[in-house]
Amino acid sequence: MNALSISQLRKVYSNGFEALKGIDLDVEEGDFFALLGPNGAGKSTAIGIISSLVNETSGSVTIFGHDLQKHRNQAKSCLGLVPQEVNFNQFDTVKNILLNQAGYYGMSRKLASARTEHCLKQMDLWDKRDTISRRLSGGMKRRVMIARAMVHAPKLLILDEPTAGVDIEIRRSMWAMMQDVNQQGTTIILTTHYLEEAESLCRNIAIIDQGRIVENSSMSQLLARLQVEHFVLDLAEALITPPDLEGYQIELVSPKVMSVAVPKTKGLNQLFNYLTQHNIQVLSLKNKTNRLEQLFMDLVQAKTSRVE
Amino acid sequence: MNFTAYNTIVVKEIYRFLRIWPQTLLPPAISTALYFLIFGKLIGDRIGTISGASYMDYIVPGVILMSVINQSYSNVVSSFYSTKFQHNIEELLVAPVSNVVILAGYITGGILRGLLVGFVVAFIAMLFSEVVVQNVSIALLIALMTATMFSLAGFINAQLAESFDAISLIPNFVLTPLSYLGGVFYSVSMLPSVWQIISMGNPILYMVNAFRFGFIGVTDVDIQLAFMMTGGFIVVMTIFSLFLLHKGTGLKQ
Ligand SMILES: Nc1ncnc2c1ncn2[C@@H]1O[C@H](COP(=O)(O)OP(=O)(O)OP(=O)(O)O)[C@@H](O)[C@H]1O
Ligand SMILES: [Mg+2]
Repeated sequence: MNALSISQLRKVYSNGFEALKGIDLDVEEGDFFALLGPNGAGKSTAIGIISSLVNETSGSVTIFGHDLQKHRNQAKSCLGLVPQEVNFNQFDTVKNILLNQAGYYGMSRKLASARTEHCLKQMDLWDKRDTISRRLSGGMKRRVMIARAMVHAPKLLILDEPTAGVDIEIRRSMWAMMQDVNQQGTTIILTTHYLEEAESLCRNIAIIDQGRIVENSSMSQLLARLQVEHFVLDLAEALITPPDLEGYQIELVSPKVMSVAVPKTKGLNQLFNYLTQHNIQVLSLKNKTNRLEQLFMDLVQAKTSRVE
Repeated sequence: MNFTAYNTIVVKEIYRFLRIWPQTLLPPAISTALYFLIFGKLIGDRIGTISGASYMDYIVPGVILMSVINQSYSNVVSSFYSTKFQHNIEELLVAPVSNVVILAGYITGGILRGLLVGFVVAFIAMLFSEVVVQNVSIALLIALMTATMFSLAGFINAQLAESFDAISLIPNFVLTPLSYLGGVFYSVSMLPSVWQIISMGNPILYMVNAFRFGFIGVTDVDIQLAFMMTGGFIVVMTIFSLFLLHKGTGLKQ
Protein backbone atom coordinates (compact mmCIF):
# COMPACT_ATOMS: atom_id res chain seq x y z
CA MET A 1 0.00 0.00 0.00
CA ASN A 2 1.10 3.54 -0.63
CA ALA A 3 1.70 5.62 2.46
CA LEU A 4 1.03 8.69 0.39
CA SER A 5 -0.51 9.17 -2.99
CA ILE A 6 -0.83 12.57 -4.58
CA SER A 7 -2.54 13.15 -7.87
CA GLN A 8 -2.69 16.28 -10.00
CA LEU A 9 -2.25 18.53 -6.98
CA ARG A 10 -2.48 22.22 -7.74
CA LYS A 11 -2.27 25.25 -5.49
CA VAL A 12 -2.97 28.80 -6.49
CA TYR A 13 -2.49 31.20 -3.56
CA SER A 14 -4.93 34.05 -3.03
CA ASN A 15 -2.51 36.48 -4.68
CA GLY A 16 -2.77 34.45 -7.88
CA PHE A 17 0.61 32.74 -7.55
CA GLU A 18 0.60 29.14 -8.72
CA ALA A 19 2.86 27.35 -6.24
CA LEU A 20 2.02 23.81 -7.39
CA LYS A 21 1.31 23.10 -11.02
CA GLY A 22 -0.28 19.67 -10.81
CA ILE A 23 2.08 17.24 -9.11
CA ASP A 24 1.81 13.46 -8.91
CA LEU A 25 3.69 11.56 -6.25
CA ASP A 26 3.59 8.11 -4.70
CA VAL A 27 5.44 7.12 -1.56
CA GLU A 28 5.42 3.46 -0.61
CA GLU A 29 4.83 2.23 2.89
CA GLY A 30 8.11 1.91 4.79
CA ASP A 31 9.99 4.20 2.45
CA PHE A 32 12.49 6.86 3.46
CA PHE A 33 11.69 9.49 0.91
CA ALA A 34 13.49 12.74 0.07
CA LEU A 35 11.51 15.71 -1.20
CA LEU A 36 14.07 18.15 -2.49
CA GLY A 37 14.07 21.42 -4.32
CA PRO A 38 15.38 24.96 -4.18
CA ASN A 39 13.87 27.71 -2.00
CA GLY A 40 10.35 28.50 -3.08
CA ALA A 41 9.96 25.31 -5.13
CA GLY A 42 6.70 24.38 -3.44
CA LYS A 43 7.81 21.73 -0.94
CA SER A 44 6.19 23.33 2.10
CA THR A 45 3.07 24.10 0.09
CA ALA A 46 2.72 20.42 -0.81
CA ILE A 47 3.36 19.39 2.78
CA GLY A 48 0.85 22.00 3.96
CA ILE A 49 -1.86 20.49 1.80
CA ILE A 50 -1.03 16.94 2.92
CA SER A 51 -1.31 18.02 6.55
CA SER A 52 -4.53 20.05 6.19
CA LEU A 53 -2.85 23.41 6.78
CA VAL A 54 -3.29 24.67 3.25
CA ASN A 55 -6.40 24.27 1.12
CA GLU A 56 -5.64 22.71 -2.25
CA THR A 57 -6.97 24.34 -5.39
CA SER A 58 -7.51 20.98 -7.09
CA GLY A 59 -6.21 17.43 -7.07
CA SER A 60 -6.31 14.71 -4.46
CA VAL A 61 -4.26 13.40 -1.56
CA THR A 62 -4.57 9.91 -0.08
CA ILE A 63 -2.80 8.86 3.11
CA PHE A 64 -2.69 5.10 3.72
CA GLY A 65 -5.74 4.70 1.53
CA HIS A 66 -7.75 7.43 3.28
CA ASP A 67 -8.77 10.19 0.93
CA LEU A 68 -8.12 13.52 2.61
CA GLN A 69 -11.38 15.03 1.38
CA LYS A 70 -13.60 12.09 2.27
CA HIS A 71 -11.97 10.61 5.37
CA ARG A 72 -9.96 13.47 6.72
CA ASN A 73 -9.80 12.31 10.33
CA GLN A 74 -8.57 8.81 9.49
CA ALA A 75 -5.99 10.33 7.16
CA LYS A 76 -4.89 12.79 9.84
CA SER A 77 -4.46 10.04 12.44
CA CYS A 78 -1.83 8.35 10.26
CA LEU A 79 0.23 11.50 9.91
CA GLY A 80 2.84 13.21 12.06
CA LEU A 81 4.18 16.59 10.96
CA VAL A 82 7.36 18.46 11.81
CA PRO A 83 6.75 21.88 10.26
CA GLN A 84 9.44 24.16 8.89
CA GLU A 85 8.71 26.96 11.36
CA VAL A 86 8.35 26.69 15.11
CA ASN A 87 4.63 26.62 15.87
CA PHE A 88 4.17 25.34 19.41
CA ASN A 89 2.95 27.47 22.29
CA GLN A 90 6.08 29.30 23.39
CA PHE A 91 4.67 29.88 26.87
CA ASP A 92 4.04 26.25 27.57
CA THR A 93 6.43 23.68 29.03
CA VAL A 94 7.97 21.06 26.78
CA LYS A 95 6.07 18.31 28.52
CA ASN A 96 2.71 20.07 28.23
CA ILE A 97 3.21 20.60 24.51
CA LEU A 98 3.48 16.84 24.06
CA LEU A 99 0.70 15.99 26.49
CA ASN A 100 -1.69 18.38 24.74
CA GLN A 101 -0.75 16.95 21.38
CA ALA A 102 -1.50 13.45 22.65
CA GLY A 103 -4.85 14.74 23.89
CA TYR A 104 -5.70 16.13 20.45
CA TYR A 105 -5.11 12.64 19.06
CA GLY A 106 -7.51 11.20 21.61
CA MET A 107 -4.95 9.36 23.74
CA SER A 108 -5.75 8.55 27.36
CA ARG A 109 -3.85 10.49 30.00
CA LYS A 110 -1.87 7.42 31.02
CA LEU A 111 -0.81 6.49 27.52
CA ALA A 112 -0.08 10.16 26.80
CA SER A 113 2.32 10.38 29.76
CA ALA A 114 4.11 7.21 28.76
CA ARG A 115 4.48 8.27 25.11
CA THR A 116 5.58 11.76 26.14
CA GLU A 117 8.33 10.36 28.29
CA HIS A 118 9.41 7.97 25.57
CA CYS A 119 9.55 10.62 22.84
CA LEU A 120 11.27 13.23 24.99
CA LYS A 121 13.91 10.72 26.01
CA GLN A 122 14.36 9.68 22.41
CA MET A 123 15.00 13.30 21.43
CA ASP A 124 17.29 13.83 24.41
CA LEU A 125 14.93 16.39 25.94
CA TRP A 126 13.76 14.62 29.08
CA ASP A 127 15.74 16.87 31.39
CA LYS A 128 14.13 19.89 29.67
CA ARG A 129 10.59 18.65 30.20
CA ASP A 130 9.62 21.40 32.66
CA THR A 131 11.33 24.21 30.77
CA ILE A 132 9.17 26.91 29.21
CA SER A 133 9.70 26.26 25.52
CA ARG A 134 10.49 29.89 24.72
CA ARG A 135 13.74 29.46 26.70
CA LEU A 136 15.03 26.58 24.57
CA SER A 137 17.74 26.95 21.96
CA GLY A 138 16.79 26.78 18.29
CA GLY A 139 18.03 23.22 17.92
CA MET A 140 16.10 22.12 20.99
CA LYS A 141 12.93 23.69 19.61
CA ARG A 142 13.30 21.60 16.46
CA ARG A 143 13.69 18.49 18.57
CA VAL A 144 10.58 19.40 20.53
CA MET A 145 8.70 19.50 17.24
CA ILE A 146 10.02 16.09 16.25
CA ALA A 147 9.11 14.63 19.64
CA ARG A 148 5.67 16.22 19.37
CA ALA A 149 5.12 14.74 15.90
CA MET A 150 5.92 11.25 17.15
CA VAL A 151 3.83 11.25 20.29
CA HIS A 152 0.91 9.46 18.62
CA ALA A 153 3.26 7.05 16.80
CA PRO A 154 2.22 8.09 13.27
CA LYS A 155 2.60 5.67 10.38
CA LEU A 156 3.78 8.51 8.15
CA LEU A 157 6.18 11.11 9.46
CA ILE A 158 6.81 14.22 7.36
CA LEU A 159 9.73 16.42 8.34
CA ASP A 160 10.10 19.83 6.68
CA GLU A 161 13.77 20.78 7.04
CA PRO A 162 14.18 19.29 10.52
CA THR A 163 17.93 19.71 10.50
CA ALA A 164 18.07 23.38 9.44
CA GLY A 165 20.08 25.36 11.95
CA VAL A 166 20.95 22.32 14.03
CA ASP A 167 24.52 21.63 15.06
CA ILE A 168 26.27 18.72 13.42
CA GLU A 169 26.32 16.53 16.49
CA ILE A 170 22.59 16.79 17.00
CA ARG A 171 22.01 16.45 13.30
CA ARG A 172 23.81 13.12 13.43
CA SER A 173 21.68 11.98 16.32
CA MET A 174 18.56 13.06 14.42
CA TRP A 175 19.71 10.97 11.48
CA ALA A 176 20.15 7.98 13.74
CA MET A 177 16.74 8.58 15.24
CA MET A 178 15.06 8.91 11.85
CA GLN A 179 16.69 5.73 10.60
CA ASP A 180 15.63 3.98 13.75
CA VAL A 181 12.03 5.10 13.42
CA ASN A 182 12.06 4.15 9.75
CA GLN A 183 13.42 0.69 10.50
CA GLN A 184 10.61 0.20 12.98
CA GLY A 185 8.20 0.65 10.11
CA THR A 186 7.37 4.36 9.97
CA THR A 187 7.36 5.86 6.52
CA ILE A 188 9.39 9.05 6.40
CA ILE A 189 9.29 11.97 4.02
CA LEU A 190 12.18 14.34 4.52
CA THR A 191 12.82 17.79 3.13
CA THR A 192 16.30 19.20 3.38
CA HIS A 193 18.80 21.45 1.67
CA TYR A 194 21.72 19.29 2.83
CA LEU A 195 21.99 16.98 -0.12
CA GLU A 196 24.47 14.64 1.46
CA GLU A 197 21.91 14.14 4.22
CA ALA A 198 19.28 13.08 1.72
CA GLU A 199 21.87 10.97 -0.08
CA SER A 200 22.83 8.97 2.95
CA LEU A 201 19.35 8.54 4.43
CA CYS A 202 16.82 8.28 1.66
CA ARG A 203 16.00 5.42 -0.69
CA ASN A 204 13.74 7.33 -3.05
CA ILE A 205 13.68 10.91 -4.11
CA ALA A 206 11.59 13.53 -5.80
CA ILE A 207 12.82 16.93 -6.83
CA ILE A 208 10.39 19.82 -7.15
CA ASP A 209 11.21 22.97 -9.02
CA GLN A 210 8.83 25.85 -9.58
CA GLY A 211 5.82 23.80 -8.65
CA ARG A 212 6.63 20.82 -10.88
CA ILE A 213 8.22 17.47 -10.17
CA VAL A 214 11.33 17.42 -12.28
CA GLU A 215 12.77 14.15 -10.96
CA ASN A 216 11.33 11.12 -9.23
CA SER A 217 13.40 7.97 -8.91
CA SER A 218 15.39 5.86 -6.54
CA MET A 219 18.45 7.42 -4.97
CA SER A 220 20.82 4.83 -6.43
CA GLN A 221 19.48 5.30 -9.94
CA LEU A 222 19.87 9.03 -9.58
CA LEU A 223 23.40 8.81 -8.21
CA ALA A 224 24.34 6.46 -11.02
CA ARG A 225 23.51 9.28 -13.34
CA LEU A 226 26.06 11.48 -11.65
CA GLN A 227 28.61 12.03 -14.40
CA VAL A 228 31.40 13.74 -12.54
CA GLU A 229 32.59 13.44 -8.95
CA HIS A 230 34.72 16.02 -7.23
CA PHE A 231 37.63 15.01 -5.02
CA VAL A 232 40.10 16.98 -2.99
CA LEU A 233 43.64 15.67 -2.66
CA ASP A 234 46.15 16.77 -0.03
CA LEU A 235 49.68 16.70 -1.40
CA ALA A 236 52.97 16.10 0.36
CA GLU A 237 54.79 18.80 -1.55
CA ALA A 238 53.75 22.12 -3.04
CA LEU A 239 53.08 22.39 -6.76
CA ILE A 240 53.34 25.48 -8.92
CA THR A 241 51.12 24.48 -11.81
CA PRO A 242 48.36 21.88 -11.75
CA PRO A 243 49.13 18.61 -13.55
CA ASP A 244 47.65 18.40 -17.01
CA LEU A 245 45.86 15.12 -17.58
CA GLU A 246 43.42 14.69 -20.40
CA GLY A 247 39.83 14.01 -19.37
CA TYR A 248 40.27 15.29 -15.82
CA GLN A 249 39.74 18.82 -14.67
CA ILE A 250 42.45 19.58 -12.16
CA GLU A 251 42.86 22.80 -10.17
CA LEU A 252 45.12 23.90 -7.38
CA VAL A 253 43.11 25.20 -4.43
CA SER A 254 46.39 26.04 -2.74
CA PRO A 255 49.96 24.84 -3.53
CA LYS A 256 49.43 21.67 -1.51
CA VAL A 257 45.74 21.08 -2.15
CA MET A 258 44.40 19.90 -5.48
CA SER A 259 40.79 19.58 -6.58
CA VAL A 260 39.95 17.08 -9.31
CA ALA A 261 36.74 16.60 -11.25
CA VAL A 262 36.63 12.88 -12.05
CA PRO A 263 34.23 11.69 -14.75
CA LYS A 264 32.45 8.42 -13.84
CA THR A 265 33.71 6.86 -17.10
CA LYS A 266 37.35 7.46 -16.22
CA GLY A 267 37.57 6.41 -12.57
CA LEU A 268 40.51 7.07 -10.24
CA ASN A 269 43.18 4.55 -11.35
CA GLN A 270 44.31 6.52 -14.36
CA LEU A 271 44.63 9.63 -12.21
CA PHE A 272 46.76 7.91 -9.60
CA ASN A 273 48.96 6.23 -12.20
CA TYR A 274 49.66 9.64 -13.66
CA LEU A 275 50.40 11.19 -10.26
CA THR A 276 52.72 8.32 -9.32
CA GLN A 277 54.58 8.61 -12.64
CA HIS A 278 55.13 12.32 -12.00
CA ASN A 279 56.21 11.62 -8.45
CA ILE A 280 53.37 13.58 -6.89
CA GLN A 281 52.66 12.12 -3.46
CA VAL A 282 49.07 12.16 -2.24
CA LEU A 283 48.58 12.18 1.55
CA SER A 284 44.81 11.96 1.65
CA LEU A 285 41.75 11.98 -0.56
CA LYS A 286 38.32 13.29 0.26
CA ASN A 287 34.97 13.71 -1.38
CA LYS A 288 34.63 17.45 -1.84
CA THR A 289 31.09 17.95 -0.44
CA ASN A 290 31.64 16.33 2.94
CA ARG A 291 35.00 17.82 3.63
CA LEU A 292 34.12 20.64 6.00
CA GLU A 293 31.53 18.60 7.76
CA GLN A 294 33.98 15.81 8.43
CA LEU A 295 36.58 18.24 9.69
CA PHE A 296 34.03 19.84 11.99
CA MET A 297 32.81 16.50 13.31
CA ASP A 298 36.36 15.43 14.05
CA LEU A 299 36.89 18.61 16.04
CA VAL A 300 33.62 18.35 17.96
CA GLN A 301 34.11 14.70 18.74
CA ALA A 302 37.68 15.28 19.84
CA LYS A 303 36.48 18.01 22.16
CA THR A 304 33.66 16.04 23.75
CA SER A 305 35.75 12.92 24.26
CA ARG A 306 38.35 15.04 26.03
CA VAL A 307 35.69 16.46 28.37
CA GLU A 308 34.45 13.02 29.35
CA MET B 1 -16.66 13.27 18.52
CA ASN B 2 -13.21 13.44 20.03
CA PHE B 3 -13.93 14.07 23.73
CA THR B 4 -10.32 13.74 24.80
CA ALA B 5 -9.40 16.59 22.48
CA TYR B 6 -12.29 18.66 23.85
CA ASN B 7 -11.13 18.05 27.42
CA THR B 8 -7.57 18.87 26.46
CA ILE B 9 -8.57 22.24 25.02
CA VAL B 10 -10.82 23.07 27.99
CA VAL B 11 -8.18 22.15 30.58
CA LYS B 12 -5.59 24.15 28.65
CA GLU B 13 -7.92 27.17 28.63
CA ILE B 14 -8.72 26.95 32.34
CA TYR B 15 -5.07 26.57 33.17
CA ARG B 16 -4.30 29.64 31.04
CA PHE B 17 -6.70 32.04 32.75
CA LEU B 18 -5.94 30.74 36.23
CA ARG B 19 -2.21 31.03 35.66
CA ILE B 20 -2.52 34.70 34.69
CA TRP B 21 -5.13 35.46 37.36
CA PRO B 22 -3.69 38.94 38.14
CA GLN B 23 -4.66 39.85 34.58
CA THR B 24 -7.85 37.85 34.32
CA LEU B 25 -9.55 37.62 37.71
CA LEU B 26 -8.23 40.52 39.74
CA PRO B 27 -9.06 43.56 37.53
CA PRO B 28 -12.81 42.84 37.27
CA ALA B 29 -12.92 42.26 41.04
CA ILE B 30 -11.33 45.65 41.67
CA SER B 31 -13.29 47.63 39.11
CA THR B 32 -16.64 46.22 40.16
CA ALA B 33 -15.86 46.83 43.83
CA LEU B 34 -15.32 50.46 42.80
CA TYR B 35 -18.63 50.55 40.93
CA PHE B 36 -20.44 49.28 43.99
CA LEU B 37 -18.65 51.72 46.25
CA ILE B 38 -19.03 54.83 44.11
CA PHE B 39 -22.29 54.31 42.23
CA GLY B 40 -24.02 52.05 44.67
CA LYS B 41 -23.00 53.42 48.04
CA LEU B 42 -21.95 57.06 47.61
CA ILE B 43 -24.21 58.21 44.80
CA GLY B 44 -26.88 55.56 45.16
CA ASP B 45 -27.88 56.66 48.64
CA ARG B 46 -29.00 59.97 47.18
CA ILE B 47 -30.87 58.46 44.22
CA GLY B 48 -33.44 56.54 46.17
CA THR B 49 -35.22 53.56 44.63
CA ILE B 50 -35.91 52.36 41.08
CA SER B 51 -38.96 50.13 40.65
CA GLY B 52 -38.98 49.58 44.38
CA ALA B 53 -35.38 48.41 44.65
CA SER B 54 -32.59 50.40 46.28
CA TYR B 55 -30.16 51.77 43.71
CA MET B 56 -27.44 49.43 44.96
CA ASP B 57 -29.66 46.37 44.56
CA TYR B 58 -30.75 47.68 41.17
CA ILE B 59 -27.24 47.88 39.70
CA VAL B 60 -25.81 44.66 41.20
CA PRO B 61 -27.17 42.30 38.52
CA GLY B 62 -26.12 44.56 35.65
CA VAL B 63 -22.61 44.97 36.98
CA ILE B 64 -22.26 41.21 37.41
CA LEU B 65 -23.52 40.54 33.90
CA MET B 66 -21.29 43.23 32.43
CA SER B 67 -18.30 41.38 33.90
CA VAL B 68 -19.55 38.10 32.48
CA ILE B 69 -19.83 39.70 29.03
CA ASN B 70 -16.40 41.29 29.11
CA GLN B 71 -14.62 38.30 30.57
CA SER B 72 -16.06 35.59 28.37
CA TYR B 73 -15.47 37.75 25.33
CA SER B 74 -11.92 38.73 26.13
CA ASN B 75 -10.93 35.21 27.17
CA VAL B 76 -11.80 33.72 23.82
CA VAL B 77 -10.63 36.60 21.69
CA SER B 78 -7.21 36.83 23.30
CA SER B 79 -6.65 33.11 23.65
CA PHE B 80 -7.74 32.18 20.16
CA TYR B 81 -6.07 35.15 18.52
CA SER B 82 -2.72 34.44 20.15
CA THR B 83 -3.08 30.77 19.23
CA LYS B 84 -3.57 31.88 15.66
CA PHE B 85 -0.83 34.51 15.83
CA GLN B 86 1.74 32.02 17.15
CA HIS B 87 0.63 29.50 14.50
CA ASN B 88 -0.10 27.28 17.41
CA ILE B 89 -3.54 26.59 15.93
CA GLU B 90 -1.76 24.37 13.40
CA GLU B 91 -1.49 21.71 16.11
CA LEU B 92 -5.28 21.49 16.12
CA LEU B 93 -5.65 21.75 12.36
CA VAL B 94 -3.21 18.89 11.69
CA ALA B 95 -4.71 16.65 14.37
CA PRO B 96 -7.98 14.72 13.91
CA VAL B 97 -9.97 17.35 15.78
CA SER B 98 -13.21 18.51 14.18
CA ASN B 99 -14.17 22.15 13.90
CA VAL B 100 -17.05 21.55 16.30
CA VAL B 101 -14.61 20.34 18.96
CA ILE B 102 -12.27 23.28 18.42
CA LEU B 103 -15.17 25.72 18.73
CA ALA B 104 -16.74 23.94 21.71
CA GLY B 105 -13.39 23.81 23.53
CA TYR B 106 -12.66 27.51 23.23
CA ILE B 107 -16.26 28.54 23.94
CA THR B 108 -16.32 26.39 27.08
CA GLY B 109 -13.14 28.11 28.23
CA GLY B 110 -14.77 31.51 27.72
CA ILE B 111 -17.96 30.49 29.49
CA LEU B 112 -16.04 29.16 32.47
CA ARG B 113 -14.04 32.32 32.84
CA GLY B 114 -17.14 34.48 32.43
CA LEU B 115 -19.06 32.56 35.04
CA LEU B 116 -16.13 32.33 37.43
CA VAL B 117 -15.67 36.09 37.32
CA GLY B 118 -19.43 36.47 37.61
CA PHE B 119 -19.34 34.54 40.88
CA VAL B 120 -16.36 36.56 42.14
CA VAL B 121 -18.22 39.80 41.39
CA ALA B 122 -21.42 38.44 42.95
CA PHE B 123 -19.44 37.64 46.06
CA ILE B 124 -18.07 41.17 46.17
CA ALA B 125 -21.59 42.51 45.67
CA MET B 126 -22.64 40.63 48.82
CA LEU B 127 -20.24 42.84 50.77
CA PHE B 128 -22.21 45.93 49.74
CA SER B 129 -25.74 44.73 49.25
CA GLU B 130 -28.17 42.34 50.89
CA VAL B 131 -29.88 41.48 47.61
CA VAL B 132 -31.26 37.92 47.51
CA VAL B 133 -31.60 36.12 44.21
CA GLN B 134 -35.28 35.49 43.63
CA ASN B 135 -35.13 33.12 40.70
CA VAL B 136 -31.83 31.29 40.61
CA SER B 137 -32.55 29.26 37.48
CA ILE B 138 -33.46 32.28 35.36
CA ALA B 139 -30.41 34.16 36.57
CA LEU B 140 -28.06 31.22 35.95
CA LEU B 141 -29.56 30.36 32.57
CA ILE B 142 -29.35 33.88 31.19
CA ALA B 143 -25.81 34.26 32.58
CA LEU B 144 -24.81 31.01 30.88
CA MET B 145 -26.40 32.05 27.60
CA THR B 146 -24.84 35.49 27.74
CA ALA B 147 -21.42 33.98 28.40
CA THR B 148 -21.92 31.62 25.47
CA MET B 149 -22.97 34.37 23.14
CA PHE B 150 -20.04 36.63 23.96
CA SER B 151 -17.56 33.77 23.86
CA LEU B 152 -18.79 33.14 20.32
CA ALA B 153 -18.44 36.82 19.50
CA GLY B 154 -14.85 36.70 20.78
CA PHE B 155 -14.16 33.63 18.66
CA ILE B 156 -15.47 35.28 15.50
CA ASN B 157 -13.52 38.44 16.24
CA ALA B 158 -10.32 36.42 16.73
CA GLN B 159 -10.81 34.59 13.46
CA LEU B 160 -11.44 37.74 11.46
CA ALA B 161 -8.80 39.89 13.18
CA GLU B 162 -5.55 40.41 11.35
CA SER B 163 -3.79 42.43 14.05
CA PHE B 164 -3.85 42.98 17.79
CA ASP B 165 -5.54 46.35 17.16
CA ALA B 166 -8.49 44.63 15.60
CA ILE B 167 -9.16 42.63 18.74
CA SER B 168 -9.42 45.70 20.97
CA LEU B 169 -11.70 47.48 18.51
CA ILE B 170 -14.86 45.56 19.37
CA PRO B 171 -14.53 45.75 23.19
CA ASN B 172 -13.81 49.48 23.09
CA PHE B 173 -16.21 50.62 20.42
CA VAL B 174 -19.02 48.08 20.67
CA LEU B 175 -19.13 46.16 23.94
CA THR B 176 -18.43 48.94 26.41
CA PRO B 177 -20.89 51.46 24.91
CA LEU B 178 -23.60 48.83 24.50
CA SER B 179 -23.10 47.66 28.09
CA TYR B 180 -23.29 51.17 29.53
CA LEU B 181 -26.32 51.92 27.37
CA GLY B 182 -27.80 48.52 28.19
CA GLY B 183 -29.54 49.64 31.34
CA VAL B 184 -26.91 48.49 33.80
CA PHE B 185 -27.08 51.72 35.79
CA TYR B 186 -30.57 52.94 34.92
CA SER B 187 -34.02 51.86 33.83
CA VAL B 188 -34.88 52.61 30.21
CA SER B 189 -38.15 54.06 31.46
CA MET B 190 -36.07 56.98 32.73
CA LEU B 191 -35.07 57.85 29.14
CA PRO B 192 -36.90 60.16 26.72
CA SER B 193 -39.21 58.04 24.60
CA VAL B 194 -37.15 58.24 21.43
CA TRP B 195 -34.13 56.84 23.28
CA GLN B 196 -36.28 54.16 24.80
CA ILE B 197 -37.08 52.93 21.30
CA ILE B 198 -33.45 53.08 20.20
CA SER B 199 -32.38 51.21 23.34
CA MET B 200 -34.67 48.36 22.40
CA GLY B 201 -32.27 47.59 19.54
CA ASN B 202 -29.48 46.88 22.00
CA PRO B 203 -29.27 43.13 22.73
CA ILE B 204 -27.38 43.67 25.96
CA LEU B 205 -30.39 45.52 27.36
CA TYR B 206 -32.43 42.32 27.14
CA MET B 207 -29.84 40.16 28.86
CA VAL B 208 -29.23 42.67 31.65
CA ASN B 209 -32.95 42.97 32.30
CA ALA B 210 -33.55 39.23 32.21
CA PHE B 211 -30.70 38.77 34.65
CA ARG B 212 -32.05 41.54 36.87
CA PHE B 213 -35.42 39.86 36.78
CA GLY B 214 -33.79 36.70 38.11
CA PHE B 215 -32.30 38.74 40.94
CA ILE B 216 -34.90 41.25 42.05
CA GLY B 217 -37.93 40.45 39.90
CA VAL B 218 -37.79 43.76 38.02
CA THR B 219 -37.45 44.13 34.25
CA ASP B 220 -37.94 46.67 31.47
CA VAL B 221 -38.37 44.03 28.78
CA ASP B 222 -40.24 40.83 28.08
CA ILE B 223 -38.25 37.94 29.60
CA GLN B 224 -39.30 35.42 26.97
CA LEU B 225 -38.17 37.76 24.25
CA ALA B 226 -34.83 38.16 26.02
CA PHE B 227 -34.28 34.40 26.05
CA MET B 228 -35.35 33.98 22.48
CA MET B 229 -33.15 36.79 21.30
CA THR B 230 -30.07 35.50 23.13
CA GLY B 231 -30.76 31.98 21.91
CA GLY B 232 -31.15 33.29 18.37
CA PHE B 233 -27.81 35.09 18.55
CA ILE B 234 -26.15 31.95 19.85
CA VAL B 235 -27.47 29.84 16.98
CA VAL B 236 -26.54 32.35 14.30
CA MET B 237 -23.06 32.99 15.71
CA THR B 238 -22.36 29.27 16.13
CA ILE B 239 -23.24 28.65 12.50
CA PHE B 240 -21.12 31.59 11.40
CA SER B 241 -18.12 30.46 13.52
CA LEU B 242 -18.32 26.97 12.05
CA PHE B 243 -18.59 28.41 8.58
CA LEU B 244 -15.43 30.47 9.12
CA LEU B 245 -13.62 27.43 10.53
CA HIS B 246 -14.74 25.33 7.60
CA LYS B 247 -13.46 27.90 5.13
CA GLY B 248 -10.30 28.26 7.19
CA THR B 249 -10.67 32.05 7.27
CA GLY B 250 -7.58 33.55 8.86
CA LEU B 251 -6.26 30.07 9.62
CA LYS B 252 -5.49 28.36 6.33
CA GLN B 253 -4.02 29.66 3.10
N1 LIG C 1 0.68 32.43 1.62
C1 LIG C 1 1.26 32.57 0.42
N2 LIG C 1 0.78 33.45 -0.46
C2 LIG C 1 1.36 33.61 -1.67
N3 LIG C 1 2.43 32.91 -2.08
C3 LIG C 1 2.96 32.02 -1.23
C4 LIG C 1 2.41 31.79 0.07
N4 LIG C 1 3.14 30.85 0.70
C5 LIG C 1 4.09 30.50 -0.18
N5 LIG C 1 4.00 31.19 -1.33
C6 LIG C 1 4.86 31.06 -2.51
O1 LIG C 1 4.79 29.74 -2.99
C7 LIG C 1 6.06 29.31 -3.44
C8 LIG C 1 6.40 28.01 -2.77
O2 LIG C 1 6.61 28.22 -1.40
P1 LIG C 1 6.99 27.05 -0.43
O3 LIG C 1 7.00 27.58 0.95
O4 LIG C 1 6.13 25.89 -0.72
O5 LIG C 1 8.49 26.73 -0.90
P2 LIG C 1 9.54 25.67 -0.34
O6 LIG C 1 9.84 24.73 -1.44
O7 LIG C 1 9.06 25.08 0.92
O8 LIG C 1 10.80 26.59 -0.09
P3 LIG C 1 11.89 26.60 1.09
O9 LIG C 1 12.93 25.63 0.71
O10 LIG C 1 12.41 27.99 1.05
O11 LIG C 1 11.19 26.28 2.36
C9 LIG C 1 7.02 30.44 -3.14
O12 LIG C 1 7.24 31.15 -4.32
C10 LIG C 1 6.30 31.30 -2.14
O13 LIG C 1 6.65 32.64 -2.29
MG1 LIG D 1 9.67 25.16 2.84
